[in-house]
Amino acid sequence: MAFASQTMDKIDRDVINTLQVGFPICDAPYRQVAQSLGISESDLLARLQALLANGTLTRFGPLYNAEQMGGALTLAAVKIPAERFEKVTDIINAFPEVAHNYARSHELNMWFVLATETPEQQQHTISAIEQETGLAVFNMPKLKEYFVNLRLEA
Amino acid sequence: MDDTDRRIMHATQAGLPLTPEPYQTLAEQLDLTKEDIMQRMAAMHASGIIRRIGAVPNHYKLGYRFNGMTVWDVPDDKIDELGQQVGQLPFVSHCYHRPRHLPDWPYNLFAMVHGKTQAEADGQIIQIAEVLGEHCLGRDVLYSTKILKKTGFRSGDR
Repeated sequence: MAFASQTMDKIDRDVINTLQVGFPICDAPYRQVAQSLGISESDLLARLQALLANGTLTRFGPLYNAEQMGGALTLAAVKIPAERFEKVTDIINAFPEVAHNYARSHELNMWFVLATETPEQQQHTISAIEQETGLAVFNMPKLKEYFVNLRLEA
Repeated sequence: MDDTDRRIMHATQAGLPLTPEPYQTLAEQLDLTKEDIMQRMAAMHASGIIRRIGAVPNHYKLGYRFNGMTVWDVPDDKIDELGQQVGQLPFVSHCYHRPRHLPDWPYNLFAMVHGKTQAEADGQIIQIAEVLGEHCLGRDVLYSTKILKKTGFRSGDR
């Protein structure tokens, strides 16, 4: 983390902040963004490549809304005994339906997002995780979304 | 969404090509015209299938080390009103109503906050508590201690 902030310069920060807002659909979109940032197209592409390679950016591209695609999303939590944490992490991460997974400071110490094509597959995946881990999965699908803004200032 | 839209989705859900003309690159990969790709992606964006086109940072790498999932127990008949208010706070990135699991989990309102310091995150939590006021019946904050997995939402390619 310290490494990334030391090697990230002002232009990298501008790139990240600008690209979190959006990206144009046009013939040469990188050139258009580069011009607005006052850098060359090749510099922007090289910086993006580096930011993705060193993990500062986890993705760059269209972010699809799983629910709009007819899929089902949910947040789920499990309570894992400390000594089994790594093993259970491997089991749960091996499910392709697990899109994000975070360790959190709580008795419910693992929280993951499941993305499936149907609600039935969601239920099936939860049952499979319970079976393979021997742990109860607390399913917490969103009942209502009040706000989503994924931007963080670099 | 038709089959062509789905092909575009599968080709781009891992990312957009880092080439000077990314939509042309996609067109060649998918044997479509660039115009068709651009038109379809714009339509998916307009309809909300694509939330946005852009970059997703690793918040730790940007210095946001205190990523708190704040969770609150508020009365069900007040939650929509309170959720709207909490969602409008500038530092809240996500705000949702989720089900309780009594007795283990009494919380029904979730709001994600992000601070570069513990003090910054603490200040954000105090502001949420102020918005909820007397309607806050219980609360907790779960900090993420590690990202164990983070991929985009994949679908249809299994």
